[in-house]
Amino acid sequence: MDTTTIWIVILLLGLGSYAMRFVFIGIIGDRELPPWILRHLRYTAVAILPGLVAPLVVWPAATDGQPDPARLSATFVTILVGWFTKNILAAILSGAATLYLLLYMTG
Amino acid sequence: MNKETCQSIFFKGVRDAAPFLLVVGPFSVLFGVVSTEAGLTITQTVSFSLAVIAGAAQFAALQLMVEDAPTIIALISGLAVNLRMAMYSAALTPHLGSAPLWHRALAAYFIVDQSYGLSSLRFEQHSEWALAQRLAYFWGTVAPICPFWAIFTYVGAVIGEGLPPWLALDFALPICFLAIIMPMLRTRAHIAAALVSVGSALVFAFLPYNLGLLVAGLLGMVTGAEIERRHTDPKEAR
Repeated sequence: MDTTTIWIVILLLGLGSYAMRFVFIGIIGDRELPPWILRHLRYTAVAILPGLVAPLVVWPAATDGQPDPARLSATFVTILVGWFTKNILAAILSGAATLYLLLYMTG
Repeated sequence: MNKETCQSIFFKGVRDAAPFLLVVGPFSVLFGVVSTEAGLTITQTVSFSLAVIAGAAQFAALQLMVEDAPTIIALISGLAVNLRMAMYSAALTPHLGSAPLWHRALAAYFIVDQSYGLSSLRFEQHSEWALAQRLAYFWGTVAPICPFWAIFTYVGAVIGEGLPPWLALDFALPICFLAIIMPMLRTRAHIAAALVSVGSALVFAFLPYNLGLLVAGLLGMVTGAEIERRHTDPKEAR
């Protein structure tokens, strides 16, 4: 990563994010939006984030892309705790605890 | 205007938002740590948090930069994760849309998960609030969250440089993302969107330039929207 690329990403991602925050409240005002646009907007985060995580879980770079029991177990625990508690912090902590425990045991 | 003062409403917002610091604090520290580990300077890391103020998008873009994905892919993915901000903006417009333009322009910068979520909830409950009271509440929810996002990013960036490799920080990001995703899976449509996204990301992983992620995002989004359409009243769905 070179410095210019990093600054470009920071700047454009910042401007783009601001544009999306501003677009309706600032420009569209009180006009109604077509329901199909709102319907697609609702699913963007839930459609992008799982796809970003999946390859990192199945083929971790730290193990040269080999599936790894400690990381798979941590994934599983994080998902379970997150699903049942809906508590972000509890899910992160139990996932991290699982990861460290298994990394420690498998040396 | 009703009796509640803007000041008391502002502090109501502060009290409602304060517990979220327990999530926002560690999460922004982690961003600081992971970002400096990835090779960004402290200035770049804090600028990142100031410019974007959205953890998921920042992590997504950072991860793709680490993977040497093309800049455009890192940008598109980060922006796609932040598309929900446009939805928040649309949802707040009926409540705050009559404020002066400068005030709306300033408020827009501070639309984040917590300020949107709490405001939309309270605005529904207190339909008697006048514009000034609604704005007071909105700023109340911003105050305990947004400044700390940048401050704790700085803390993370400073301590990040001294962390040992056994911490396996490569896996901090997947765990955080999984923890954020789970509460989002509120309906069958959300769950289906997430599953389609996972499946397609793995199937299309062979595509160059991390295009597989964009394909997965698109397919997941269409899946969620389509399932929702089929489950809503045909009169409402157009």
